[in-house]
Amino acid sequence: MKILVAVKRVIDYNVQVRVKEDNSGVVTDNVKMSTNPPDDNAIEEAVKIKEAGKATEVIAVSIGEEKAQETVRKALAVGADRGILVKSEGNVEPLAVSKLLQKIVEKEKPDLVFMGKQAIDDDCNQTGQMLSALLNWPQATFASKIEIKEKKLEVTREIDEGLETIEIDIPAIVTCDLRLNEPRYASLPNIMKAKKKPIEQVNAADLGVDTSPRIEQIKVEEPPKRKAGIKVSSVAELVQKLKNEAKVI
Amino acid sequence: MSVLLIAEHNNKELRPFTLNAVSAASQIDTDVHAIVIGQNCDGAAKALSELPLVKKVIHVEAAYYENFVAENFAPVIVKLAENYSHIVCSANTFGKNLMPRVAAALDTSQISDIIKVISADTFLRPIYAGNAFATVKSKDTKKCVTIRPTSFDPCESSGGSAPIEKADPGEEFGHTKFIKREEIKSDRPELGTARVVISGGRGMQSGDNFKLITSIADKLNAAIGASRAAVDAGYISNDHQVGQTGKVVVPDLYIAVGISGAIQHLAGMKESKIIVAINKDGEAPIFSVADYGLEADLFEALPQFLEELNKLNTIQK
Repeated sequence: MKILVAVKRVIDYNVQVRVKEDNSGVVTDNVKMSTNPPDDNAIEEAVKIKEAGKATEVIAVSIGEEKAQETVRKALAVGADRGILVKSEGNVEPLAVSKLLQKIVEKEKPDLVFMGKQAIDDDCNQTGQMLSALLNWPQATFASKIEIKEKKLEVTREIDEGLETIEIDIPAIVTCDLRLNEPRYASLPNIMKAKKKPIEQVNAADLGVDTSPRIEQIKVEEPPKRKAGIKVSSVAELVQKLKNEAKVI
Repeated sequence: MSVLLIAEHNNKELRPFTLNAVSAASQIDTDVHAIVIGQNCDGAAKALSELPLVKKVIHVEAAYYENFVAENFAPVIVKLAENYSHIVCSANTFGKNLMPRVAAALDTSQISDIIKVISADTFLRPIYAGNAFATVKSKDTKKCVTIRPTSFDPCESSGGSAPIEKADPGEEFGHTKFIKREEIKSDRPELGTARVVISGGRGMQSGDNFKLITSIADKLNAAIGASRAAVDAGYISNDHQVGQTGKVVVPDLYIAVGISGAIQHLAGMKESKIIVAINKDGEAPIFSVADYGLEADLFEALPQFLEELNKLNTIQK
Protein backbone atom coordinates (compact mmCIF):
# COMPACT_ATOMS: atom_id res chain seq x y z
CA MET A 1 0.00 0.00 0.00
CA LYS A 2 1.20 3.42 -0.99
CA ILE A 3 0.41 6.60 0.96
CA LEU A 4 0.68 10.09 -0.49
CA VAL A 5 0.88 12.90 2.06
CA ALA A 6 0.35 16.54 1.14
CA VAL A 7 2.29 19.08 3.18
CA LYS A 8 2.11 22.88 3.07
CA ARG A 9 4.70 25.46 4.00
CA VAL A 10 3.16 28.16 6.18
CA ILE A 11 4.17 30.88 8.62
CA ASP A 12 5.19 29.13 11.84
CA TYR A 13 2.32 28.80 14.29
CA ASN A 14 4.22 30.67 17.00
CA VAL A 15 4.80 33.77 14.91
CA GLN A 16 2.64 36.81 15.60
CA VAL A 17 1.36 37.56 12.11
CA ARG A 18 1.55 41.18 10.95
CA VAL A 19 -0.44 42.85 8.22
CA LYS A 20 1.51 44.72 5.52
CA GLU A 21 1.21 48.49 5.61
CA ASP A 22 -0.20 48.62 2.08
CA ASN A 23 -2.89 46.09 3.06
CA SER A 24 -1.85 43.72 0.28
CA GLY A 25 -1.33 40.77 2.59
CA VAL A 26 0.68 39.72 5.63
CA VAL A 27 4.41 40.11 6.17
CA THR A 28 6.31 36.98 5.13
CA ASP A 29 9.82 38.38 4.58
CA ASN A 30 12.26 37.17 7.23
CA VAL A 31 9.47 35.33 9.00
CA LYS A 32 9.99 31.78 10.26
CA MET A 33 8.20 29.23 8.09
CA SER A 34 7.28 25.67 9.07
CA THR A 35 5.16 22.74 8.03
CA ASN A 36 1.44 23.36 8.57
CA PRO A 37 0.94 21.68 12.00
CA PRO A 38 -1.77 19.11 11.14
CA ASP A 39 0.26 18.13 8.05
CA ASP A 40 2.93 16.96 10.51
CA ASN A 41 0.28 14.67 12.00
CA ALA A 42 -0.53 13.39 8.51
CA ILE A 43 3.11 12.48 7.83
CA GLU A 44 3.49 10.92 11.27
CA GLU A 45 0.44 8.71 10.74
CA ALA A 46 1.63 7.56 7.32
CA VAL A 47 5.08 6.74 8.67
CA LYS A 48 3.58 4.84 11.62
CA ILE A 49 1.43 2.78 9.24
CA LYS A 50 4.53 1.96 7.21
CA GLU A 51 6.48 1.04 10.35
CA ALA A 52 3.64 -1.30 11.31
CA GLY A 53 4.22 -3.09 8.00
CA LYS A 54 0.91 -2.00 6.51
CA ALA A 55 2.30 0.37 3.89
CA THR A 56 5.20 0.01 1.51
CA GLU A 57 5.90 3.60 0.56
CA VAL A 58 5.22 7.10 1.87
CA ILE A 59 5.48 9.96 -0.61
CA ALA A 60 5.42 13.59 0.53
CA VAL A 61 4.15 16.21 -1.89
CA SER A 62 4.07 19.97 -1.56
CA ILE A 63 2.81 22.69 -3.84
CA GLY A 64 4.47 26.05 -3.69
CA GLU A 65 7.56 28.04 -4.45
CA GLU A 66 11.09 26.58 -4.56
CA LYS A 67 11.46 26.98 -0.80
CA ALA A 68 8.61 24.55 -0.16
CA GLN A 69 11.32 21.97 -0.84
CA GLU A 70 12.36 22.47 2.82
CA THR A 71 8.91 21.30 3.89
CA VAL A 72 9.19 18.18 1.72
CA ARG A 73 12.71 17.60 3.06
CA LYS A 74 11.41 17.76 6.62
CA ALA A 75 8.82 15.08 5.79
CA LEU A 76 11.65 12.93 4.40
CA ALA A 77 13.59 13.45 7.63
CA VAL A 78 10.77 11.99 9.71
CA GLY A 79 10.32 8.95 7.52
CA ALA A 80 8.77 9.66 4.10
CA ASP A 81 10.59 7.74 1.36
CA ARG A 82 10.61 10.29 -1.42
CA GLY A 83 9.23 13.68 -2.26
CA ILE A 84 7.53 15.64 -5.00
CA LEU A 85 7.54 19.41 -5.29
CA VAL A 86 4.99 20.98 -7.59
CA LYS A 87 6.45 24.40 -8.26
CA SER A 88 4.08 27.32 -8.49
CA GLU A 89 4.31 31.01 -7.76
CA GLY A 90 1.92 33.14 -5.78
CA ASN A 91 -1.22 32.08 -4.00
CA VAL A 92 -2.68 28.80 -5.22
CA GLU A 93 -6.26 28.37 -4.06
CA PRO A 94 -7.45 25.05 -2.57
CA LEU A 95 -9.42 24.22 -5.73
CA ALA A 96 -6.28 24.51 -7.85
CA VAL A 97 -4.23 22.66 -5.23
CA SER A 98 -6.69 19.78 -5.31
CA LYS A 99 -6.56 19.69 -9.11
CA LEU A 100 -2.76 19.53 -8.99
CA LEU A 101 -2.92 16.79 -6.36
CA GLN A 102 -5.38 14.92 -8.56
CA LYS A 103 -2.73 14.87 -11.32
CA ILE A 104 -0.15 13.56 -8.86
CA VAL A 105 -2.59 10.89 -7.64
CA GLU A 106 -3.30 9.80 -11.22
CA LYS A 107 0.43 9.37 -11.81
CA GLU A 108 1.46 7.83 -8.47
CA LYS A 109 -1.69 5.78 -7.86
CA PRO A 110 -1.57 5.85 -4.05
CA ASP A 111 -4.10 3.89 -2.01
CA LEU A 112 -4.44 6.63 0.56
CA VAL A 113 -3.94 10.38 0.56
CA PHE A 114 -3.39 12.09 3.91
CA MET A 115 -3.14 15.78 4.72
CA GLY A 116 -3.89 18.19 7.56
CA LYS A 117 -7.52 19.15 8.05
CA GLN A 118 -6.81 22.84 7.61
CA ALA A 119 -3.92 25.12 6.76
CA ILE A 120 -3.28 27.70 9.47
CA ASP A 121 -2.56 30.49 6.99
CA ASP A 122 -5.71 30.80 4.88
CA ASP A 123 -7.81 28.70 7.30
CA CYS A 124 -9.82 27.40 4.32
CA ASN A 125 -10.35 23.76 5.29
CA GLN A 126 -11.15 22.67 1.73
CA THR A 127 -8.36 20.80 -0.06
CA GLY A 128 -8.94 17.24 1.19
CA GLN A 129 -12.67 17.35 0.58
CA MET A 130 -12.17 18.90 -2.88
CA LEU A 131 -9.63 16.25 -3.85
CA SER A 132 -12.03 13.49 -2.76
CA ALA A 133 -14.76 15.06 -4.88
CA LEU A 134 -12.49 15.28 -7.95
CA LEU A 135 -11.37 11.66 -7.54
CA ASN A 136 -14.82 10.50 -6.38
CA TRP A 137 -13.17 8.83 -3.41
CA PRO A 138 -14.52 8.61 0.13
CA GLN A 139 -13.33 11.21 2.61
CA ALA A 140 -12.69 11.06 6.34
CA THR A 141 -12.17 14.59 7.58
CA PHE A 142 -10.96 15.76 11.02
CA ALA A 143 -9.56 12.29 11.82
CA SER A 144 -8.41 11.67 15.39
CA LYS A 145 -8.00 7.88 15.03
CA ILE A 146 -7.31 5.67 12.02
CA GLU A 147 -7.50 1.90 11.98
CA ILE A 148 -6.44 -0.01 8.89
CA LYS A 149 -8.64 -2.95 8.00
CA GLU A 150 -8.85 -5.23 4.98
CA LYS A 151 -9.28 -2.77 2.06
CA LYS A 152 -11.02 -0.40 4.46
CA LEU A 153 -10.26 2.22 7.07
CA GLU A 154 -12.16 2.83 10.25
CA VAL A 155 -11.81 6.48 11.15
CA THR A 156 -12.90 8.42 14.23
CA ARG A 157 -13.76 12.00 13.32
CA GLU A 158 -13.94 15.00 15.61
CA ILE A 159 -17.25 16.74 15.01
CA ASP A 160 -18.95 19.64 16.81
CA GLU A 161 -21.20 17.31 18.79
CA GLY A 162 -18.42 14.92 19.87
CA LEU A 163 -17.00 11.99 17.93
CA GLU A 164 -18.17 10.09 14.87
CA THR A 165 -16.88 6.79 13.50
CA ILE A 166 -17.08 5.90 9.82
CA GLU A 167 -15.77 3.09 7.66
CA ILE A 168 -14.46 3.98 4.22
CA ASP A 169 -13.26 1.88 1.33
CA ILE A 170 -9.69 2.27 0.08
CA PRO A 171 -8.69 4.29 -1.95
CA ALA A 172 -9.58 7.19 0.30
CA ILE A 173 -8.65 10.65 1.53
CA VAL A 174 -8.08 11.38 5.21
CA THR A 175 -7.65 14.85 6.67
CA CYS A 176 -5.91 14.79 10.01
CA ASP A 177 -6.67 16.47 13.29
CA LEU A 178 -3.96 17.59 15.69
CA ARG A 179 -5.02 14.90 18.15
CA LEU A 180 -4.38 12.03 15.73
CA ASN A 181 -0.88 11.42 17.05
CA GLU A 182 2.22 13.07 18.45
CA PRO A 183 4.54 13.99 15.56
CA ARG A 184 8.14 12.95 16.11
CA TYR A 185 11.16 15.18 15.81
CA ALA A 186 13.69 14.45 13.12
CA SER A 187 16.96 13.08 14.50
CA LEU A 188 20.22 14.45 13.15
CA PRO A 189 21.19 11.18 11.40
CA ASN A 190 17.75 11.10 9.76
CA ILE A 191 18.07 14.72 8.67
CA MET A 192 21.39 13.78 7.02
CA LYS A 193 19.83 10.71 5.40
CA ALA A 194 16.91 12.78 4.14
CA LYS A 195 19.33 14.88 2.10
CA LYS A 196 19.98 11.85 -0.06
CA LYS A 197 16.34 10.97 -0.60
CA PRO A 198 15.00 12.03 -4.00
CA ILE A 199 12.69 15.01 -4.53
CA GLU A 200 11.14 15.14 -7.97
CA GLN A 201 10.32 18.63 -9.19
CA VAL A 202 7.49 19.40 -11.56
CA ASN A 203 6.09 22.71 -12.72
CA ALA A 204 2.44 23.29 -11.97
CA ALA A 205 2.06 24.69 -15.49
CA ASP A 206 3.25 21.38 -16.99
CA LEU A 207 0.46 19.47 -15.25
CA GLY A 208 -2.17 21.18 -17.36
CA VAL A 209 -4.01 22.80 -14.46
CA ASP A 210 -5.17 26.38 -14.56
CA THR A 211 -4.03 27.78 -11.21
CA SER A 212 -5.04 31.39 -11.81
CA PRO A 213 -6.97 32.78 -8.82
CA ARG A 214 -10.75 32.79 -8.90
CA ILE A 215 -10.88 34.88 -5.78
CA GLU A 216 -9.56 38.41 -5.78
CA GLN A 217 -8.04 39.49 -2.50
CA ILE A 218 -9.08 43.12 -2.31
CA LYS A 219 -7.37 43.99 0.95
CA VAL A 220 -6.03 42.53 4.16
CA GLU A 221 -6.48 44.50 7.36
CA GLU A 222 -5.71 44.27 11.05
CA PRO A 223 -8.73 43.07 12.99
CA PRO A 224 -10.26 45.72 15.27
CA LYS A 225 -8.20 45.96 18.44
CA ARG A 226 -9.76 45.33 21.82
CA LYS A 227 -9.53 48.18 24.28
CA ALA A 228 -7.01 47.52 27.00
CA GLY A 229 -8.65 46.16 30.09
CA ILE A 230 -7.80 46.50 33.75
CA LYS A 231 -6.38 44.23 36.40
CA VAL A 232 -8.51 43.69 39.45
CA SER A 233 -6.98 42.95 42.82
CA SER A 234 -9.49 40.52 44.26
CA VAL A 235 -12.28 38.14 43.39
CA ALA A 236 -14.74 40.40 45.23
CA GLU A 237 -13.72 43.36 43.06
CA LEU A 238 -14.04 41.22 39.93
CA VAL A 239 -17.57 40.15 40.80
CA GLN A 240 -18.59 43.74 41.63
CA LYS A 241 -17.21 44.97 38.27
CA LEU A 242 -18.97 42.20 36.37
CA LYS A 243 -22.22 43.02 38.11
CA ASN A 244 -22.21 46.81 38.28
CA GLU A 245 -19.90 47.96 35.47
CA ALA A 246 -20.13 45.30 32.75
CA LYS A 247 -23.58 44.17 33.87
CA VAL A 248 -23.06 40.63 32.60
CA ILE A 249 -23.93 38.67 35.73
CA MET B 1 -30.76 34.32 -9.09
CA SER B 2 -31.45 32.88 -5.68
CA VAL B 3 -29.46 31.53 -2.76
CA LEU B 4 -29.59 27.86 -1.80
CA LEU B 5 -29.08 27.40 1.93
CA ILE B 6 -28.13 23.94 3.16
CA ALA B 7 -29.90 23.36 6.47
CA GLU B 8 -28.16 21.61 9.32
CA HIS B 9 -30.51 19.48 11.39
CA ASN B 10 -30.82 16.23 13.30
CA ASN B 11 -33.76 14.95 11.19
CA LYS B 12 -36.25 16.00 13.89
CA GLU B 13 -35.35 19.64 14.25
CA LEU B 14 -33.04 22.31 12.91
CA ARG B 15 -29.70 22.79 14.54
CA PRO B 16 -29.63 26.32 16.03
CA PHE B 17 -26.95 27.70 13.70
CA THR B 18 -29.15 27.10 10.68
CA LEU B 19 -30.95 30.29 11.76
CA ASN B 20 -27.69 32.24 11.64
CA ALA B 21 -26.92 30.78 8.22
CA VAL B 22 -30.34 31.82 6.92
CA SER B 23 -29.65 35.38 8.12
CA ALA B 24 -26.33 35.42 6.28
CA ALA B 25 -27.91 33.95 3.14
CA SER B 26 -30.62 36.62 3.16
CA GLN B 27 -27.95 39.33 3.20
CA ILE B 28 -26.58 37.93 -0.08
CA ASP B 29 -29.99 37.77 -1.76
CA THR B 30 -33.47 37.95 -0.28
CA ASP B 31 -34.68 35.01 -2.38
CA VAL B 32 -33.47 32.30 -0.01
CA HIS B 33 -34.40 28.68 -0.69
CA ALA B 34 -33.45 26.16 1.94
CA ILE B 35 -32.70 22.50 1.33
CA VAL B 36 -33.17 19.87 4.00
CA ILE B 37 -31.64 16.48 3.26
CA GLY B 38 -32.20 13.59 5.64
CA GLN B 39 -34.37 10.68 6.61
CA ASN B 40 -37.77 11.18 8.24
CA CYS B 41 -36.90 14.84 8.49
CA ASP B 42 -40.40 16.29 8.12
CA GLY B 43 -39.92 18.07 11.45
CA ALA B 44 -36.84 19.90 10.20
CA ALA B 45 -38.54 20.74 6.88
CA LYS B 46 -41.54 22.19 8.69
CA ALA B 47 -39.33 24.26 11.01
CA LEU B 48 -37.51 25.65 7.96
CA SER B 49 -40.78 26.58 6.27
CA GLU B 50 -41.70 28.65 9.32
CA LEU B 51 -38.64 30.89 9.03
CA PRO B 52 -39.98 34.14 7.52
CA LEU B 53 -36.75 34.72 5.54
CA VAL B 54 -37.06 31.38 3.72
CA LYS B 55 -39.08 31.60 0.47
CA LYS B 56 -39.08 27.92 -0.41
CA VAL B 57 -38.06 24.66 1.22
CA ILE B 58 -36.67 21.75 -0.78
CA HIS B 59 -37.09 18.47 1.05
CA VAL B 60 -35.04 15.43 0.02
CA GLU B 61 -35.42 12.06 1.74
CA ALA B 62 -33.52 8.78 1.55
CA ALA B 63 -32.37 6.19 4.08
CA TYR B 64 -28.73 6.92 3.22
CA TYR B 65 -29.15 10.57 4.22
CA GLU B 66 -29.84 9.67 7.84
CA ASN B 67 -26.30 10.31 9.04
CA PHE B 68 -25.34 13.33 6.93
CA VAL B 69 -22.54 11.63 4.96
CA ALA B 70 -21.09 14.33 2.70
CA GLU B 71 -20.42 11.87 -0.14
CA ASN B 72 -24.17 11.19 -0.28
CA PHE B 73 -25.27 14.79 0.21
CA ALA B 74 -23.05 16.46 -2.39
CA PRO B 75 -24.57 15.01 -5.62
CA VAL B 76 -28.13 16.14 -4.90
CA ILE B 77 -26.95 19.65 -4.00
CA VAL B 78 -24.81 19.81 -7.13
CA LYS B 79 -27.79 18.79 -9.26
CA LEU B 80 -30.03 21.49 -7.77
CA ALA B 81 -27.27 24.10 -7.88
CA GLU B 82 -27.95 25.02 -11.51
CA ASN B 83 -30.90 27.12 -10.36
CA TYR B 84 -28.89 29.14 -7.88
CA SER B 85 -26.20 31.81 -7.84
CA HIS B 86 -24.97 30.96 -4.34
CA ILE B 87 -24.81 27.85 -2.17
CA VAL B 88 -24.52 28.73 1.53
CA CYS B 89 -23.91 26.67 4.65
CA SER B 90 -22.56 27.11 8.19
CA ALA B 91 -18.81 26.76 8.69
CA ASN B 92 -19.10 24.15 11.41
CA THR B 93 -17.94 20.56 11.04
CA PHE B 94 -21.08 19.69 9.03
CA GLY B 95 -20.56 22.47 6.48
CA LYS B 96 -16.77 22.24 6.45
CA ASN B 97 -17.03 18.58 5.57
CA LEU B 98 -19.67 19.05 2.89
CA MET B 99 -19.27 22.35 1.07
CA PRO B 100 -15.84 21.81 -0.54
CA ARG B 101 -17.15 18.58 -2.04
CA VAL B 102 -19.98 20.56 -3.63
CA ALA B 103 -17.69 23.41 -4.69
CA ALA B 104 -15.15 21.15 -6.39
CA ALA B 105 -17.92 19.36 -8.30
CA LEU B 106 -19.16 22.77 -9.48
CA ASP B 107 -15.60 23.91 -10.26
CA THR B 108 -16.00 26.81 -7.88
CA SER B 109 -13.35 28.27 -5.60
CA GLN B 110 -15.11 28.22 -2.24
CA ILE B 111 -15.04 31.14 0.19
CA SER B 112 -14.84 29.72 3.72
CA ASP B 113 -15.96 31.06 7.05
CA ILE B 114 -17.12 34.56 6.15
CA ILE B 115 -17.92 36.98 8.96
CA LYS B 116 -19.57 39.69 6.85
CA VAL B 117 -21.42 39.99 3.56
CA ILE B 118 -20.16 43.12 1.79
CA SER B 119 -22.00 42.46 -1.47
CA ALA B 120 -23.25 39.45 -3.41
CA ASP B 121 -19.69 38.66 -4.53
CA THR B 122 -17.54 40.27 -1.84
CA PHE B 123 -17.07 39.01 1.69
CA LEU B 124 -14.97 39.56 4.79
CA ARG B 125 -13.22 36.56 6.31
CA PRO B 126 -10.61 36.03 9.02
CA ILE B 127 -7.27 34.46 8.07
CA TYR B 128 -4.27 33.45 10.18
CA ALA B 129 -6.43 32.52 13.17
CA GLY B 130 -8.18 35.86 13.05
CA ASN B 131 -4.96 37.89 13.15
CA ALA B 132 -5.93 39.44 9.82
CA PHE B 133 -9.20 40.10 8.05
CA ALA B 134 -9.28 39.64 4.27
CA THR B 135 -11.80 41.24 1.97
CA VAL B 136 -12.25 38.82 -0.91
CA LYS B 137 -14.23 38.94 -4.13
CA SER B 138 -15.34 35.82 -5.94
CA LYS B 139 -14.96 35.77 -9.72
CA ASP B 140 -16.80 32.47 -10.12
CA THR B 141 -20.28 32.62 -11.64
CA LYS B 142 -21.60 30.26 -8.99
CA LYS B 143 -20.45 30.93 -5.46
CA CYS B 144 -20.02 28.48 -2.61
CA VAL B 145 -19.83 30.25 0.74
CA THR B 146 -19.61 28.99 4.30
CA ILE B 147 -20.51 31.43 7.04
CA ARG B 148 -19.21 31.74 10.59
CA PRO B 149 -22.46 31.34 12.53
CA THR B 150 -21.51 33.45 15.53
CA SER B 151 -20.90 36.45 13.27
CA PHE B 152 -24.54 36.57 12.13
CA ASP B 153 -27.64 36.95 14.30
CA PRO B 154 -30.15 34.11 14.18
CA CYS B 155 -33.20 34.88 12.02
CA GLU B 156 -36.79 34.90 13.22
CA SER B 157 -37.91 31.33 13.75
CA SER B 158 -41.68 31.65 13.39
CA GLY B 159 -44.37 33.34 11.35
CA GLY B 160 -43.32 32.11 7.90
CA SER B 161 -45.13 29.61 5.73
CA ALA B 162 -42.85 28.79 2.81
CA PRO B 163 -43.98 26.01 0.47
CA ILE B 164 -42.22 22.68 0.91
CA GLU B 165 -41.28 20.95 -2.35
CA LYS B 166 -40.06 17.38 -2.46
CA ALA B 167 -37.06 16.68 -4.67
CA ASP B 168 -35.63 13.36 -5.86
CA PRO B 169 -32.67 12.03 -3.94
CA GLY B 170 -29.28 11.69 -5.57
CA GLU B 171 -27.45 8.41 -5.93
CA GLU B 172 -25.96 6.68 -2.92
CA PHE B 173 -22.16 6.89 -2.85
CA GLY B 174 -21.63 3.43 -1.37
CA HIS B 175 -17.99 3.62 -0.22
CA THR B 176 -18.59 5.41 3.07
CA LYS B 177 -20.40 3.71 5.91
CA PHE B 178 -21.54 5.47 9.04
CA ILE B 179 -20.79 3.41 12.16
CA LYS B 180 -21.64 5.51 15.20
CA ARG B 181 -21.81 8.95 16.70
CA GLU B 182 -20.90 9.63 20.31
CA GLU B 183 -22.67 12.83 21.21
CA ILE B 184 -22.00 14.23 24.59
CA LYS B 185 -25.37 15.10 26.06
CA SER B 186 -25.57 17.95 28.49
CA ASP B 187 -28.23 20.05 30.17
CA ARG B 188 -26.04 23.09 29.84
CA PRO B 189 -26.41 25.70 27.11
CA GLU B 190 -24.58 24.86 23.87
CA LEU B 191 -21.05 26.20 23.73
CA GLY B 192 -21.65 28.03 20.45
CA THR B 193 -24.74 29.90 21.60
CA ALA B 194 -24.30 30.30 25.37
CA ARG B 195 -24.50 33.81 26.85
CA VAL B 196 -21.75 32.93 29.33
CA VAL B 197 -18.80 30.61 28.72
CA ILE B 198 -16.25 29.56 31.32
CA SER B 199 -13.17 27.76 29.99
CA GLY B 200 -10.31 25.93 31.60
CA GLY B 201 -6.79 25.41 30.33
CA ARG B 202 -3.66 23.54 31.19
CA GLY B 203 -3.59 25.37 34.54
CA MET B 204 -6.50 23.21 35.70
CA GLN B 205 -3.93 20.41 36.11
CA SER B 206 -6.48 17.58 35.96
CA GLY B 207 -9.88 16.61 34.66
CA ASP B 208 -11.08 16.27 38.22
CA ASN B 209 -10.30 19.92 38.91
CA PHE B 210 -12.76 20.91 36.18
CA LYS B 211 -15.44 20.46 38.84
CA LEU B 212 -14.39 23.92 40.11
CA ILE B 213 -15.39 25.24 36.68
CA THR B 214 -18.56 23.14 36.61
CA SER B 215 -19.90 24.55 39.86
CA ILE B 216 -19.46 28.12 38.60
CA ALA B 217 -20.98 27.18 35.23
CA ASP B 218 -24.01 25.83 37.11
CA LYS B 219 -24.34 29.11 38.97
CA LEU B 220 -24.07 31.29 35.85
CA ASN B 221 -25.94 28.93 33.51
CA ALA B 222 -22.77 28.91 31.45
CA ALA B 223 -21.36 26.55 28.83
CA ILE B 224 -17.99 24.96 29.56
CA GLY B 225 -15.09 25.50 27.20
CA ALA B 226 -11.46 24.45 27.16
CA SER B 227 -8.17 25.26 25.50
CA ARG B 228 -6.55 22.73 23.20
CA ALA B 229 -3.93 22.04 25.86
CA ALA B 230 -6.65 20.93 28.27
CA VAL B 231 -8.29 18.70 25.65
CA ASP B 232 -4.94 17.22 24.56
CA ALA B 233 -4.10 16.48 28.19
CA GLY B 234 -7.34 14.51 28.45
CA TYR B 235 -8.96 16.78 31.07
CA ILE B 236 -12.09 17.22 28.95
CA SER B 237 -13.57 15.99 25.65
CA ASN B 238 -12.89 17.59 22.26
CA ASP B 239 -16.38 19.05 21.82
CA HIS B 240 -15.44 21.68 24.44
CA GLN B 241 -12.44 23.04 22.53
CA VAL B 242 -12.48 26.75 21.77
CA GLY B 243 -10.01 28.07 19.20
CA GLN B 244 -8.79 28.21 15.62
CA THR B 245 -9.55 24.55 14.98
CA GLY B 246 -12.21 24.16 17.66
CA LYS B 247 -15.30 26.24 18.18
CA VAL B 248 -15.59 29.99 17.83
CA VAL B 249 -17.65 31.54 20.61
CA VAL B 250 -18.95 35.08 21.05
CA PRO B 251 -20.67 35.12 24.44
CA ASP B 252 -21.53 38.21 26.50
CA LEU B 253 -19.11 36.95 29.12
CA TYR B 254 -16.09 34.68 28.57
CA ILE B 255 -14.11 33.59 31.61
CA ALA B 256 -10.70 32.08 30.84
CA VAL B 257 -9.25 30.16 33.77
CA GLY B 258 -5.69 28.88 33.74
CA ILE B 259 -5.43 29.59 30.02
CA SER B 260 -2.26 31.33 28.86
CA GLY B 261 -3.85 32.66 25.66
CA ALA B 262 -2.08 31.10 22.67
CA ILE B 263 -2.94 32.74 19.32
CA GLN B 264 -4.92 29.62 18.43
CA HIS B 265 -7.12 29.95 21.50
CA LEU B 266 -7.63 33.71 21.14
CA ALA B 267 -8.92 33.05 17.61
CA GLY B 268 -11.90 31.28 19.13
CA MET B 269 -12.95 33.76 21.81
CA LYS B 270 -11.54 37.24 21.33
CA GLU B 271 -14.76 38.63 19.84
CA SER B 272 -16.56 37.93 23.15
CA LYS B 273 -18.17 41.06 24.62
CA ILE B 274 -16.54 40.87 28.05
CA ILE B 275 -13.47 38.74 28.72
CA VAL B 276 -12.25 37.79 32.17
CA ALA B 277 -8.88 36.13 32.67
CA ILE B 278 -7.81 34.35 35.83
CA ASN B 279 -4.19 33.28 35.71
CA LYS B 280 -1.32 33.24 38.15
CA ASP B 281 1.15 34.32 35.46
CA GLY B 282 0.75 38.09 35.19
CA GLU B 283 2.59 38.07 31.85
CA ALA B 284 0.22 35.56 30.20
CA PRO B 285 -0.96 36.83 26.78
CA ILE B 286 -4.59 36.22 27.76
CA PHE B 287 -4.41 39.44 29.84
CA SER B 288 -3.85 41.46 26.65
CA VAL B 289 -7.39 40.71 25.49
CA ALA B 290 -9.07 40.61 28.91
CA ASP B 291 -11.38 43.40 30.07
CA TYR B 292 -10.86 42.23 33.63
CA GLY B 293 -7.74 40.38 34.61
CA LEU B 294 -7.18 38.70 37.94
CA GLU B 295 -3.66 37.57 38.69
CA ALA B 296 -4.28 34.78 41.15
CA ASP B 297 -4.00 31.09 41.85
CA LEU B 298 -7.11 29.62 40.29
CA PHE B 299 -7.45 27.04 43.06
CA GLU B 300 -7.97 29.89 45.51
CA ALA B 301 -9.83 32.23 43.16
CA LEU B 302 -12.47 29.81 41.87
CA PRO B 303 -13.90 28.82 45.28
CA GLN B 304 -13.96 32.53 46.23
CA PHE B 305 -15.66 33.33 42.94
CA LEU B 306 -18.38 30.78 43.67
CA GLU B 307 -18.80 32.18 47.17
CA GLU B 308 -19.17 35.75 45.86
CA LEU B 309 -21.72 34.60 43.30
CA ASN B 310 -23.67 32.89 46.06
CA LYS B 311 -23.60 36.11 48.07
CA LEU B 312 -24.96 38.06 45.09
CA ASN B 313 -27.89 35.71 44.81
CA THR B 314 -28.63 36.12 48.49
CA ILE B 315 -28.67 39.90 48.09
CA GLN B 316 -30.97 39.66 45.05
CA LYS B 317 -33.36 37.49 47.01
